[in-house]
Amino acid sequence: MINSLFLINPSGEIFLEKHWKSVVSRSVCDYFLEAKEKALEPEDVPPVIHTPHHYLISIYRDKLFFLSVIQTEVPPLFVIEFLHRVAEMIQDYFGECSETVVKDHMVMVYELLEEMLDNGFPLATESNVLKEMIRPPTILRSVVNTLTGTSNVGDTLPTGQPSTIPWRRAGVRYTNNEAYFDVVEEIDAILDQSGTTVFAEIQGVVEACVKLSGMPDLTLSFMNPRLLDDVSFHPCVRYKLWESERVLSFIPPDGNFTLMTYHVNAQNLVAIPVYVKQSISFFECGSDGRLDVTVGPKQTMGKTVEGVMVTVHLPKTILSINLTATQGSYTYDNGTKLLVWDIGKLNPQKLPNLRGSLSLQAGAPKPEENPSLNIDLNIQQLAISGLKVNRLDMFGEKYKPFKGVKYITKAGKFQVRT
Amino acid sequence: MEWANQLCENRQFGSKMTDSKYFTTTKKGEIFELKAELNSDKKEKKKEAVKKVIASMTVGKDVSALFPDVVNCMQTDNLELKKLVYLYLMNYAKSQPDMAIMAVNTFVKDCEDANPLIRALAVRTMGCIRVDKITEYLCEPLRKCLKDEDPYVRKTAAVCVAKLHDINAQLVEDQGFLDTLKDLISDSNPMVVANAVAALSEIAESHPNSNLLDLNPQSINKLLTALNECTEWGQIFILDCLANYTPRDDRESQSICERVTPRLSHANSAVVLSAVKVLMKFMEMLPKDLDYYSTLLKKLAPPLVTLLSAEPELQYVALRNINLIVQKRPEILKHEMKVFFVKYNDPIYVKLEKLDIMIRLASQANIAQVLAELKEYATEVDVDFVRKAVRAIGRCAIKVEQSAERCVSTLLDLIQTKVNYVVQEAIVVIKDIFRKYPNKYESVIATLCENLDSLDEPEARAAMIWIVGEYAERIDNADELLESFLEGFHDESTQVQLQLLTAIVKLFLKKPTETQELVQQVLSLATQDSDNPDLRDRGYIYWRLLSTDPVAAKEVVLAEKPLISEETDLIEPTLLEELICHIGTLASVYHKPPSAFVEGSRGVMHKRLPARTGSGESTESPDVGAAGGSAPEAAPSIIPSQGDLLGDLLNLDMAPPTTSGPPPPSTGMQMGGMDLLGGGLDSLMGDESEPLGGDIGGSPAMGAGFGAAPAVMPASLNAPVGGGLGDLFDLGGVGMPMGAYIPPKIVWLPAMKAKGLEISGTFARRAGVIQMELILTNKAMSVMTDFAIQFNRNSFGLAPAGPLQVLTPLGPNQTIEVSLPLSTVGPVMKMDPLNNLQVAVKNNIDVFYFSCQYPISMLFVEDGKMERQVFLATWKDIPNDNESQFQIKDCHLNSDAASSKLQGSNIFTIAKRTVEGQDMLYMSIKLSNGIWVLAELRVQAGNPNYTISLKCRAPEVSQCVFQCYEAVLKN
Repeated sequence: MINSLFLINPSGEIFLEKHWKSVVSRSVCDYFLEAKEKALEPEDVPPVIHTPHHYLISIYRDKLFFLSVIQTEVPPLFVIEFLHRVAEMIQDYFGECSETVVKDHMVMVYELLEEMLDNGFPLATESNVLKEMIRPPTILRSVVNTLTGTSNVGDTLPTGQPSTIPWRRAGVRYTNNEAYFDVVEEIDAILDQSGTTVFAEIQGVVEACVKLSGMPDLTLSFMNPRLLDDVSFHPCVRYKLWESERVLSFIPPDGNFTLMTYHVNAQNLVAIPVYVKQSISFFECGSDGRLDVTVGPKQTMGKTVEGVMVTVHLPKTILSINLTATQGSYTYDNGTKLLVWDIGKLNPQKLPNLRGSLSLQAGAPKPEENPSLNIDLNIQQLAISGLKVNRLDMFGEKYKPFKGVKYITKAGKFQVRT
Repeated sequence: MEWANQLCENRQFGSKMTDSKYFTTTKKGEIFELKAELNSDKKEKKKEAVKKVIASMTVGKDVSALFPDVVNCMQTDNLELKKLVYLYLMNYAKSQPDMAIMAVNTFVKDCEDANPLIRALAVRTMGCIRVDKITEYLCEPLRKCLKDEDPYVRKTAAVCVAKLHDINAQLVEDQGFLDTLKDLISDSNPMVVANAVAALSEIAESHPNSNLLDLNPQSINKLLTALNECTEWGQIFILDCLANYTPRDDRESQSICERVTPRLSHANSAVVLSAVKVLMKFMEMLPKDLDYYSTLLKKLAPPLVTLLSAEPELQYVALRNINLIVQKRPEILKHEMKVFFVKYNDPIYVKLEKLDIMIRLASQANIAQVLAELKEYATEVDVDFVRKAVRAIGRCAIKVEQSAERCVSTLLDLIQTKVNYVVQEAIVVIKDIFRKYPNKYESVIATLCENLDSLDEPEARAAMIWIVGEYAERIDNADELLESFLEGFHDESTQVQLQLLTAIVKLFLKKPTETQELVQQVLSLATQDSDNPDLRDRGYIYWRLLSTDPVAAKEVVLAEKPLISEETDLIEPTLLEELICHIGTLASVYHKPPSAFVEGSRGVMHKRLPARTGSGESTESPDVGAAGGSAPEAAPSIIPSQGDLLGDLLNLDMAPPTTSGPPPPSTGMQMGGMDLLGGGLDSLMGDESEPLGGDIGGSPAMGAGFGAAPAVMPASLNAPVGGGLGDLFDLGGVGMPMGAYIPPKIVWLPAMKAKGLEISGTFARRAGVIQMELILTNKAMSVMTDFAIQFNRNSFGLAPAGPLQVLTPLGPNQTIEVSLPLSTVGPVMKMDPLNNLQVAVKNNIDVFYFSCQYPISMLFVEDGKMERQVFLATWKDIPNDNESQFQIKDCHLNSDAASSKLQGSNIFTIAKRTVEGQDMLYMSIKLSNGIWVLAELRVQAGNPNYTISLKCRAPEVSQCVFQCYEAVLKN
């Protein structure tokens, strides 16, 4: 199982180590650092590295490397999933996941890691359970603690821990009982030069914020559940009922959690909300080129497209650019050759356009590669797949909860080829 | 000797902590202050101090000097403080075993606490303290906790058994903890079940014979029930355990599949992939005409697709596994091509994997789409990716015949871009297309020739030269082109040189009149001016052929070549089956069987897919069972117990191997002749396939010829050369080595037990070849014939490399000496003792069994000398638990003599250091299965007792290695 964990910052410095079995010398990280040196970008470091005596499995997240050391045959996905949980735990406890935050709460992170694994086996990874064992820091509590000498560590067994619903603690009480669901959809798409869809799919997620007293048993139903190609659920969802009736029936964890993720990839169902007209060209002779990009709304179901942003990695041989935007503003970093055009809200009457000239370094040949445009956008109050929540029913408790559903569509990996 | 000093210091550091060492890492004042704070009366101050200590510890500072002060804080009712002290203890107890004992009382008391959290915490922490004395005290509390009323305590205790087993396996067995653990599989709480399964699986990994996870329909049922209710991690353990089960029939298989399918919708991708593994394996048993079978197939695709929208690291592992799944069952994902399209911002490791799967899924139906994509990728920025994309276009052409023309025109488009590396890759793949579809696309040769000058990579140059040679009759200026390459002949790489030689010979055979001069020039360059033996030999063979029989030369050199196969990089079916059983594991990421890289002498079981049950189905999947090659193995998950071994031996095929093995080593003369003939012809016939692409399979005859030649070579070196190879290895100025140690022959099989056949023997390692040297004596009254030998599976995979050579009948009272070369590539199973070997010998009378032990020094390979830096790093890297110390008594050699004696047995001295009259020798040994053993030998002048410390990742071998030291030094 998982032997050790090292946290490493982008410059290759190890700033935390934790061992769950015997201590492994940190020199083992050298193999990883070597691979990191070879990779062009930190994202490109291979996640599984073989050393003479260990396996190093790592993730890159929030500009940090989480590197685990294993010695025996362990499912790598198991390790990677766990590492992501560690990152999520840090985010959850301290509001962000960064080197500074970890260094500021070194001891608490260490205590948490000890709770999360025992002998390399996961022990408590549910946020609800962890928070009962070790309370997250708040400014108020740290003041109180210093005054009264009470501690951050819970001294009773988390109530949900050994039961069959480990995700929920017992005895939850709220004065305002509320349950909110966000249906968030991301469009992953590749459009080719002519604007035709090469590939498109929707990754959806239902995020829940449930603050209900007692042991509520919820049933959430959709108007059109058959739309979904593949679903994965939080462990609380009863799979049998989904299979037979296509409803989500569950006793929710307390607080924020991801209820389900889903996937829609039937080509014809995926509406593409914007179109992009673009041309990036370089003249055969001379050292100049032109860039001309226009973005317009396509299938938006009558909603407004907001937060539109176009990102382009220009070829390395570009010397300078001179562009004008009819809407929004653009920034260009000559070091990374990254052009970002922040458009904002899309106005169907007056389409935003960015155009101008690119000049190449003297003597540089015409660039070989075609830069790709990455598009960011969001549409409020719309799930682009057409998914709609029908109703939410609650059993097991008497009170009437506040209920709410919100929809939002975003661009995921949305790419336009040139 | 800087590094040796450092090493020495480190070793002292491990055993005796000194203050001076400590202060190099922390300021003196800081420690002093902490000490005072730890002993403060105020609770809060104490806690803060412990926190500071822990903080220093987490960043890697050494605060072990505070051990007594921290342990003093342990007796407290403040849980946070207690936990902090425990954290500290776990880290440092090992370095202060005597002090750690102070903590035992508190632990034992805490195990009785009314609060289950405290009980669990105590038993959990105790198990993490790897000190022998503490583990003794652990047994009683652990026994109680395993039967605790609170499931939280029980599940913690289950894991603790695994910890204890890691520290002292014998103790766990003696105390009966394994049985208690097995009982926990029937526990009422699913979390306890999951942890018991996890603990047992981990223990079983180091104990392949123990039959720990005895799976039967009842226990399977319990696991399936627990599966629905336990945590996500528990589900992974249970699913992985289920995958080892072999259902009795298709009905049981189907019912398990039905109960596992809901796991495909789990949010945790590791659960999903483990479920996929179980389904892929058990599906094998379902009849294909069953409705459920096709339902299941349909259910597998969506979760696999969903895995690809996860984080890139998860995607990578998923893709490596999908690569296996599409090879085994292409139908699952055949409609999902688009999800493998590469996105611009995918990390490079994801891009490359996606590309691979795209080619596997390419078919006539989707080839247009795939080609459009590949062409797009060929204009990306990343060079590695672009190259692979171009290659992929070539592979598509070979795979989907209908698309070949389109692929060729796409490649020509790409050549027009004139991007150097694109052009070179394109030429390499076009060469393959020519081989697959001869006489179809030669019209493009003119375009290729235009780019001749831009080729600077050997592979591309070789490909181009091959094309010119192969189609010399259609290229008007072929001679000029080849001549231009010839100018810089000696600067070319071997690959290009060999290709140039062959191409010019081809040209000569096609257009003899104009090219006589050219061919003579190249033959003389190859045979006289080159020091590359391959090139020289090939040159001579062509020369001889051309000068003695040009017609034969033409037949050989211009023979019609076999077409290259469709898919060039498919995983071999038996390996694929094994890997399917290992979906989701490291093996599946590396596409290698676990035995190839899991360290240590653990007996790795080769897993196999179950055979389909039901009538008439077995013939439908010829890849199951038949592809095994050797004798059929037992059912995959059943670990043979000691009782089964005899049966196993009886089942072995006793017939002398026929064509599959290497030819019997007869006299050296004969061997040489054969080799020359076989090898020469082969290289002549196969000359295209070798340099142009190792992955292209030749004709079967060719393959066999190649395969046999190297295997014969070592066998013909039988004569005792006395470590001729050993001499080549640097001795570090320690003196000449003597020959390898060979134990005296002993009687292995007395005549009375074997109907008159007496066998005595020994083992030797000569010139890198392991030999079993046998003396067979016939003490019976009748003649013995038809001798054959077989080994049972053993720890290091020893197996006869050829048949037992007893050519003449053995008459009464006759004796014959035979030496049998051994290989180490046989099936592996851990034996006890490790070096035990079970042998079966057959003759015309009966089959006899005996077992013997071989000195492990036979397995010490010649390249066992470690680099100093590597040695230092490895020594540090191996945990101290793995170190064992032995005494060698009454040895009167000085250290140099000892060192050179050991070197004869491939125990290499890397450095020597003298401290206060004591010589320390640092040595390394490499075993044939790749395990390294590091040793420190201490020799005190005038003291006949040596001390030896051995460190190894697989500490099991230490005892055997020590025995070898003793044997070598005393003989």
